[in-house]
Amino acid sequence: MRLEPIANPTWTRSLGLPALALFATVVVASLLAMVAGAQPFSVLGLIVKGAFGSKFATLETLNRATPLIFTGLAVAVAFRAKLWNIGAEAQLYMGAVVTVVLGTGALAWPAFALLPTIAVAAMLAGAVVLLVPTFLKTRFGVDEVVTTLLLNFVVLLWVSMLLEGSLKDPMGLGWPKSARLIAEARLPRMVDGLRLHWGFGLALISAIVVWVIQRRTTLGYEMRAVGLNPAAARFAGIPVNRVLIKTALLSGGLAALAGFSEVAGLKGSLTLDISPGFGYTGIIVAMLALLNPLGVVVAALFVAGIFVGADSMSRAAGVPTYLADIMLALALLAMVLAIMLTKFRVRRD
Amino acid sequence: MDIFDILLQASFWTAAIRIASPLIFAALGELICERAGVLNLGIEGIMVVGAFAGWLTVYLGGGLWFGVGVAMLSGMAFGLVHGVLTVPFGLSQHVVGLGITLLATSLTYYCYRLALPEVTSPPKIDAFQPLEIPLLSDIPVLGPALFNQTPLTYLAFVLVVAVTLVLYRTPLGLALRAAGENPAAVEAQGLSVSAIRIGAVMVGSGFMAVGGAFLTMSAFNSFFFEMVNGRGWICIALVVFGSWKPGKTLLGAVLFAAFDALQIRVQQTPLGADIPYQIFLMAPYILSILALVVMSRRAQVPAALMVPFNKGER
Repeated sequence: MRLEPIANPTWTRSLGLPALALFATVVVASLLAMVAGAQPFSVLGLIVKGAFGSKFATLETLNRATPLIFTGLAVAVAFRAKLWNIGAEAQLYMGAVVTVVLGTGALAWPAFALLPTIAVAAMLAGAVVLLVPTFLKTRFGVDEVVTTLLLNFVVLLWVSMLLEGSLKDPMGLGWPKSARLIAEARLPRMVDGLRLHWGFGLALISAIVVWVIQRRTTLGYEMRAVGLNPAAARFAGIPVNRVLIKTALLSGGLAALAGFSEVAGLKGSLTLDISPGFGYTGIIVAMLALLNPLGVVVAALFVAGIFVGADSMSRAAGVPTYLADIMLALALLAMVLAIMLTKFRVRRD
Repeated sequence: MDIFDILLQASFWTAAIRIASPLIFAALGELICERAGVLNLGIEGIMVVGAFAGWLTVYLGGGLWFGVGVAMLSGMAFGLVHGVLTVPFGLSQHVVGLGITLLATSLTYYCYRLALPEVTSPPKIDAFQPLEIPLLSDIPVLGPALFNQTPLTYLAFVLVVAVTLVLYRTPLGLALRAAGENPAAVEAQGLSVSAIRIGAVMVGSGFMAVGGAFLTMSAFNSFFFEMVNGRGWICIALVVFGSWKPGKTLLGAVLFAAFDALQIRVQQTPLGADIPYQIFLMAPYILSILALVVMSRRAQVPAALMVPFNKGER
C-alpha cells in the first residue's frame, strides 16, 4: 500500500474520520465492559453521569481538568517545535516543591505579592528541569525522549527524599507529607461556596496566552518553523537551538504551574501522590487537541470527564477504573490514525 | 565491608547477571526494532504485558515454557499494532509508542483486576529454578555467576549470539539492517520494507515481553503493579550505549546491572546508612543519562531510524 496526499479533503472526511475514531473507542470500551460482566450502555451512561451529572460532579471534573490543561499546554508547546518533552511529570513536581518551599512561611507577604512570586519561581524551577535535557539535545545530540523520561524517576525520588527529610511536616505523624501552606499562599476560590479554585482560571488564561504566542508572535512562528523542518528553519536564519531553549522554558514553566495549582489551589500541602500521572496524560490531552492551545482546554475537560466518570462508574458497576486509561489510549491511537487519513488516501499497489 | 570485597563475592555477580537478564531480552528487542528503522517506545508497556501474560498462564496451570510462549505472543500482538500504525501508515513513532505503552499497561491492569478481584497480596507461582551446569559452575566467582542461573538467563545469552549471527551473517539480517539504513535500496532489491519493518517490530516486541516475563517467572515469582518500573526506558538508553550492536548492548546491560547490584549492597554498609536510600535508587537513572551523553558523541544511529518509508516517494 501507498499513501497519497489529498489536495482538498472534503468536510465529511475531515470531521467524519475523527468522529469514527471516537466511536470505535467507545465500541471497544463497551466490549471490555461486557467482559467485566456489566451492561455496556449503563457503563457509558454512568461515566457521563459521574463526570457531568451533578453540580458536584462537574466541579470535580473542572478541578481534575485544571492540571491537565497545564500539562497539555506544556506538551502542545513543546511538540509543536518537535521538542519531545515526556517529562511534564517531573516539571510538575518541581513546581509543587517550590510552592511548598516558599509558601509554608518562608515569605510572610500578603497574598497579592506572594502568589505571583511563587508562581513565577515555580515556573522557573520547572523550566530548569526541562533545560537540562534540551541542552543535552542541542549540545550533544542526546535524544530528549529518553532523558526526560528518566528524569521523571529521578525527580520523583528526590521529592520522596525531601518529604522524608527537610520538607517533612514535623506534625505529620510520620507520613511523608509537607507542612500546610499559609493562608496567603493559597489560591482563592473562583466563586464563593463552589469548590473550584483560581488554578482553573489561571489555566484558561494560560491557554489564551499560549494561543497568542503561537499565532501572533515571532517566537510562535519560529517554533512552528523549527517543528516543521529544522534544516529549512536554520537555512532561513532562525536560531534553531535558541528557539528550542525558549520552547523548553515555556513548556517546563507551564507544566510546573500544574504543580503550583494543585498544591496552592487544591491540596494545600505536598505528598508523593499529588499527580496520578498528569504529566503523561498531558501528552494525550495535547494530541487529542491536535496541539492547539484552545483545543487543549476542551480535550482536558474530555479526559478529566472520563477519569472522574470512570471513578464513580467503577464504584457503581464494579468495572475496574483502568477502563478510563484504556479508553484514552485507544482514543489517542485511533485519533492520530484518523487525522492522518483525513490528509492522505491509502492506495493499493 | 569494603566495595572491593563486594566485587569479589560470587553472590554479587550472580545477582548482577540475574538483574541483567530481563534488560538483555528487552534491549535486544529494542535493538531489532531500531536496526530496522523503528523506535519502539511501547517497550515499557509491552514488558508489563509479558510479565502478566507469562505469570497468569502459569498461575492458571500452564507450563513454564508455555507461559514464556504466551508472553512472547502477547508482546508480538502489540508489536503488530505498533508496526502497522508506524510503518505503512507512517504515524509518529513517539506518539504511537507512548500510546502502546499506555494501552498495554492499562489493559494489563484491567485484566489483572478482572482475573483477581479481591486479592491484596498477589499470589506466587512455582517459577523457573536455577539450573546448575556441572563442572563449569565450580569455577570460582564466575562459575556460580554464569552457570548457576535459571534457564531464562541462559536463553538471554543464547539470543544475543543468535541475533548477532542473524544480523551480520544472513541475508535476512542484511535486509533488516538495510531497512534501517537505506530503505530505498531494500525496495530496489524487490523486498518489502514494510514487511521487514513490521516483522522486526513484532519479533522485537516479543523479546521485550519475554524480558517482562523474566520478572514474574524468574525473579519475583509474582505480579505487582509498577513492577517494570522504568526498565523499558533504561533499555532504550542501553541500546544507544551499545551503539546498536548486540554484544555491546549485552555488555552495557551487565555493567548497568552490576552497578545496580552494587548500590543495593552499599546501602547495607555503614557508609550507606548515612545516605538517604533514594540517592541509591536514583543512581541507575542518572547513570543511564550520563551513559547517553558519553556515547551519543560517537553513536552510529541507523540512518533511517524514525523516518517513515513511503513507496514511490523520493
